[in-house]
Amino acid sequence: MKHIKTLNTKRLQNTVKKGGCGECQTSCQSACKTSCTVGNQSCENNK
Amino acid sequence: MIHQYKNNGFNIVLDVNSGAIHVVDDITYDIISDYESLDKKGIVEKIGKKYDTVDVSEIEEAYDEVNTLEEAEELFTKDVYEDRVIDYTKRATVVKALCLHIAHDCNLSCKYCFAEEGLYHGKKAELMPYEVGKQALDFLVANSGSRRNLEVDFFGGEPLLNFQVVKDLVAYGRELEKTHDKHFRFTLTTNGVLLNDEVMEFANKEMDNVVLSIDGRKEVHDKMRPFQRGDGSYDIVTPKFIKFAESRGQSRYYARGTFTRNNLDFSKDVLHLADLGFKQISVEPVVAPEDESYALLEEDLPKLFEEYDILAKEMVERHGTDKEFNFFHFMIDLEGGPCVYKRLSGCGSGTEYLAVTPSGELYPCHQFVGNDGFKMGDVWKGIENTDLQTEFKGCNVYSKPECKNCFAKYYCSGGCAANAYHFDGNIRGNYHVGCELQKKRVECAIMIKAATAED
Repeated sequence: MKHIKTLNTKRLQNTVKKGGCGECQTSCQSACKTSCTVGNQSCENNK
Repeated sequence: MIHQYKNNGFNIVLDVNSGAIHVVDDITYDIISDYESLDKKGIVEKIGKKYDTVDVSEIEEAYDEVNTLEEAEELFTKDVYEDRVIDYTKRATVVKALCLHIAHDCNLSCKYCFAEEGLYHGKKAELMPYEVGKQALDFLVANSGSRRNLEVDFFGGEPLLNFQVVKDLVAYGRELEKTHDKHFRFTLTTNGVLLNDEVMEFANKEMDNVVLSIDGRKEVHDKMRPFQRGDGSYDIVTPKFIKFAESRGQSRYYARGTFTRNNLDFSKDVLHLADLGFKQISVEPVVAPEDESYALLEEDLPKLFEEYDILAKEMVERHGTDKEFNFFHFMIDLEGGPCVYKRLSGCGSGTEYLAVTPSGELYPCHQFVGNDGFKMGDVWKGIENTDLQTEFKGCNVYSKPECKNCFAKYYCSGGCAANAYHFDGNIRGNYHVGCELQKKRVECAIMIKAATAED
């Protein structure tokens, strides 16, 4: 495309079917302890 | 839902429900603003007036690109998740993470400590006995269902005041891994005062992550993180933390600071830590009642936004150089990030994640410890206050009215229940200052991706 550059290919709607296994890290266990950040976490199934 | 903004010279368009992120030129940015309210003819006319040197065919071409992405469900994508997420949150509860309050005591007297120097509203210092910790790990395994990866955080107070129990519990956890086919990921949070070679060697072998509490510049750190007798801790902990980070190969740790109203120019503290050589940095806003002199207030937001912008631009500058570093709140995984269930179903407090006090009581998370109304049970009898568990289980993006229409909901998962409770009186409420900072951080994180993708 000439006017639009898309940065990522993964789409959230595609995670509906296979997602939800619950094996990923709990948000607060990383560093925060005072907020909630999930966007920076990784999916265990992609490792 | 679309969120579009300009930052550091980039026109960024986030298609909220698909997670697609687009960098667009000026005319496309304006086309997207009007796309849902005007038809093609109306848009071409309006954009043509604004950009009178641009050819009509160029505007039509940009419009068609937007249209193509809409059809591919990468722009203006609908939210189709609500029913599924509500069903998901009704699933059987398993516990997969515990925050073990290994010591309700501390050798520092940090002024912003939500744990009240380790005491958590308790009257006297208390260390967790091995038997309590052992029972906590048994409770975790017994309630973890088919989850293999289990997380245990040694937290306090200062966990190194009870280091022998930490070591004994890790050894017990390793036994449980073999007998129950589980995998423990241990984390140690420390203020560094008692850190020594023995602790580092142990932690490098056993801890998946270590969180090192350091606030940044010496004067900033010492003001908020003094010893009881009043002198600062910077000179004692900093060299040890630098050595520790190096000994872990500059990974699997965070140099973790807190900024307050005393250092609204916190980007300087982040860069101070980066210049000390730390590569994994997390410096986060203090969460404190408004009447505390160091609390962050609504009126501080413009200055804090500016600081995040300064930091983000500096990180772009340092990208690809030996001065590059990670900033936890700007990390965003665009390709391998969590599924939509994880993103919308909340942090897991009170359900998947529980805090355990030194005497074995269970609370929804470390921030509720000591608040009697939030006691859920104990490690011997398990969860007894099932009403409270149900309340936390039902807490997700769709149960929080202010989250529904927020573009950042897929990045913060509805925010922190404890903050919502403390500022809004209700775990389904919102902590407005926290929300505004979170949104700004998401914008900066995406900008960094846009800027570094051009390399």
